Amino acid sequence: MTQTQTISLTINGEAVTATVPVRSNLVDFLRNDLGLTGSHVGCEHGVCGACTLEVDGAMIRGCLMLAVQADGATVTTVEGLADSPRGQALRDAFHRRNALQCGYCTPGMLASALEYVEAGRPADRAAIREHISGNYCRCTGYQAVVDAICDLIGQGAKA
Amino acid sequence: MPKDSGIGASSKRREDVRFLTGRGKYTDDINLRGQAYVHFLRSDVAHGRINGIDTGEAAAMPGVVRIFTGADFEGVGGLPCGWQVTDRHGNPMQEPAHPILAQGKVRHVGDPIAAVVADSYAQARDAAEAIVLDIEELPAVIDMKAAVEGGPKVHDDLESNLCYDWGFVEENKDAVNAAFEAAAHVTTLELKNQRLVANPMEPRVAVGDYAPGTGDSTLYTTSQNPHVIRLLMGAFVLGIPEHKLRVVAPDVGGGFGSKIFHYAEEAFCTFAAKAIERPVKWTSSRSEAFMSDAHGRDHVTKIELALDADGMFQAIRTETFANMGAYLSTFAPSVPTWLHGTLMAGNYKTPLIYVNVKAVFTNTVPVDAYRGAGRPEATFQLERVIDKAAREMGIDPVELRRKNFITEFPYATPVAVEYDTGDYNATLDKALEVADVSGFEARRAASAAKGKWRGLGLNCYIEACGIAPSALVGQLGARAGLYESATVRVNATGGLVVMTGSHSHGQGHETAFPQVIAEMIGIDESMIEIVHGDTANSPMGMGTYGSRSLAVGGSAMVRATEKIINKAKKIAAHLLEASDADIELKDGQFSVAGTDKSVAWGDVTLAAYVPHNYPLEDLEPGLEETAFYDPSNFTYPAGTYICEVEVDPDTGKVSIERFTAADDFGNVVNPMIVEGQVHGGLAQGIGQALLESCVYDANGQILSASYMDYAMPRADDVPYYSVDHSCQTPCTHNPLGVKGCGEAGAIGSPPAVVNAVVDALQRNGKDVTHIDMPLSPARVWAAMNG
Repeated sequence: MTQTQTISLTINGEAVTATVPVRSNLVDFLRNDLGLTGSHVGCEHGVCGACTLEVDGAMIRGCLMLAVQADGATVTTVEGLADSPRGQALRDAFHRRNALQCGYCTPGMLASALEYVEAGRPADRAAIREHISGNYCRCTGYQAVVDAICDLIGQGAKA
Repeated sequence: MPKDSGIGASSKRREDVRFLTGRGKYTDDINLRGQAYVHFLRSDVAHGRINGIDTGEAAAMPGVVRIFTGADFEGVGGLPCGWQVTDRHGNPMQEPAHPILAQGKVRHVGDPIAAVVADSYAQARDAAEAIVLDIEELPAVIDMKAAVEGGPKVHDDLESNLCYDWGFVEENKDAVNAAFEAAAHVTTLELKNQRLVANPMEPRVAVGDYAPGTGDSTLYTTSQNPHVIRLLMGAFVLGIPEHKLRVVAPDVGGGFGSKIFHYAEEAFCTFAAKAIERPVKWTSSRSEAFMSDAHGRDHVTKIELALDADGMFQAIRTETFANMGAYLSTFAPSVPTWLHGTLMAGNYKTPLIYVNVKAVFTNTVPVDAYRGAGRPEATFQLERVIDKAAREMGIDPVELRRKNFITEFPYATPVAVEYDTGDYNATLDKALEVADVSGFEARRAASAAKGKWRGLGLNCYIEACGIAPSALVGQLGARAGLYESATVRVNATGGLVVMTGSHSHGQGHETAFPQVIAEMIGIDESMIEIVHGDTANSPMGMGTYGSRSLAVGGSAMVRATEKIINKAKKIAAHLLEASDADIELKDGQFSVAGTDKSVAWGDVTLAAYVPHNYPLEDLEPGLEETAFYDPSNFTYPAGTYICEVEVDPDTGKVSIERFTAADDFGNVVNPMIVEGQVHGGLAQGIGQALLESCVYDANGQILSASYMDYAMPRADDVPYYSVDHSCQTPCTHNPLGVKGCGEAGAIGSPPAVVNAVVDALQRNGKDVTHIDMPLSPARVWAAMNG
């Protein structure tokens, strides 16, 4: 019935080997098998962005990638970011500018925002809105998220 | 100079720390040892008779623990409705049974038929596919007018599909009709307030647990009001007394109303955990959420406004069809009635109002409160018809509103509520200023130069929040009180824990509530912790909805803290060898008035718990107080929103170029949090105006049951919001003078957007008086091209 496969990967700096059902997606594996519940599941079809996390340097949808596809990969989740200086300035900016309310979209939103900031892109509100448009937030109306990213980049220009 | 702590300070949210580091604890993060998983097999037809459910093959599949069907719930209570509306003729509404799992018939796509409990989710899903259903599909009724005009009956045992025919105020009807006969001008508008889905980003989750050793049941659930769930589920569904039932709602990822209600899945998991003596967990998928979370809005309305020759409002008459869906969700009957009819006066001194609402059963998902709940529907029709009247009569829409504003308070409306305070001219003036309306013509010309049609829309709103005076709502049919509670526990070393029935699912209570108490005592906010979301450790409370938490829950905290301070003053008087009456509390120090004798907060709290030197003959040790606060009136936030749009005449695409919100929320505890609440409400209201719609086909198939089909606003769909809350008329009847800010954005924005689009079209020679939401490019283009 249920086929399994053994995979080895690096998650938040730790080597992990696990046997997973081949139909399990990456975010379910992280949450249910490893207890890394920081990544959230919002839609399971790649639209809402709540499960956005980093695999081999790229921000991907954890619900659209099978766990077996991550064999050999380096994965960083919100928990991994929290334990490192990386992203600290972004978290501070989110806190300072009230860029989260219920917190459910936040791990994915942080991942997308980090991608923008680390790419060295400008404090251009329209460009930021376009970049985070793959992450639904039902609470903030997005303005504070844009504020936070702009704030971090260093220019608070309205547009 | 902005304050840096206490009431009025933009204290940064302490919740953020855990949410930014992946350390939040949401219901789906809870996994209990030995838990089983349930998958619900749901109806894929809108209406059908269940002739057979064959679970034989499914039950034998790997990992399956047990399969439940409606037969397992015979003799178990159905989901109760929390509000009984009485119709125009004095009769109670028609109230159908709402079983946990379908019995005999399925009545909407998504109605749960069977529940497969297995060792894993995958096994439960696989087994559900092996269940053989024999369902005879019946004709479904989706359209409300068809439902009341002889369409198929949703419930065979009810007389009709009409839940109730409500008239308000029925005694005013003849006078209203007479005013229309005599009016110089009558403006009529027919419109729809479309069905929406709340869509908090966290889908619903329930984990039931049962302890055979003690007989205690626990439910972990994504709820805005765990005590209400405990009461409804314990008393009406499963027959578990409150002392044997604990309901926990930990971090909850947004609610917007949809997590107020008691749902079948909660009762199922609690029931099944006892039946199999294992924890049972359910996590909704997003498509399940579209088929099982209560929906919002879905009104079809005809509104008429009678005016005299000078444009003074004489009377309002409305007829609304309100969709209840297939069953009555917990508070569904109250939304189109007491949360809608009572707001039809808006900000205006219209002397005569008659509201007729026909609530209708259809083969659709139940409809209940969604952010604003009744008040957006009232505001939308009123502010649309006023705009239309202004055009018909050639009066400036700003002036037409202004001349009809209520300006003296308190003001008793003809629809049963009394506004305690407000200043509608102030918020209007502020909005006109912030929106730079005087610069509109230049911006319009600039838009025209690049081929775009610019329009400006205005909306003035009022809402009733701080729900609600218990005695009043009891008379109106509520089957619950609507007070709130707080227990303030002071610890020996001076820190406080506040246990509240209010529930935070994004509102920042853990930050804002301590600001209030810190200000009262004069201590640091960090000395105060808020505990909520667990019936085991907080007093009976009614939860969070209707923008009530600070106005009602905060007031309970103030009352409990006042009791604390009173007792602490007696202890201080003893320590200082002075009279109670001479003790003053300031900056965390108790002092004897007119002297330099003082004792610190921490010394007094320590004395309360180590009562070596203590007036034991007069005063009990300890420092813990509870208060229940029952409001004496609703609160009435109000404001003016102004929207500027550009319409692309080639495609009909609407772009919001400027959006201004000037709100009067009374006193503000945390401006940063208030602004965030307004932003979020605006995004949802703009989403309704431009994007969102829950669509059924004629057979009752839900066509918008995924994020590929239901258009939620994204970051690049919404504009920059200019918000202002500097106009403040404090509420006169609660101790904080606060009104509530959670729903205003969603209430005030849709009419502003639609008014702006109609304005853009009218300015360019199109005789368009209304377009139903959402204003998609196709709809706008069709309206422009006749």
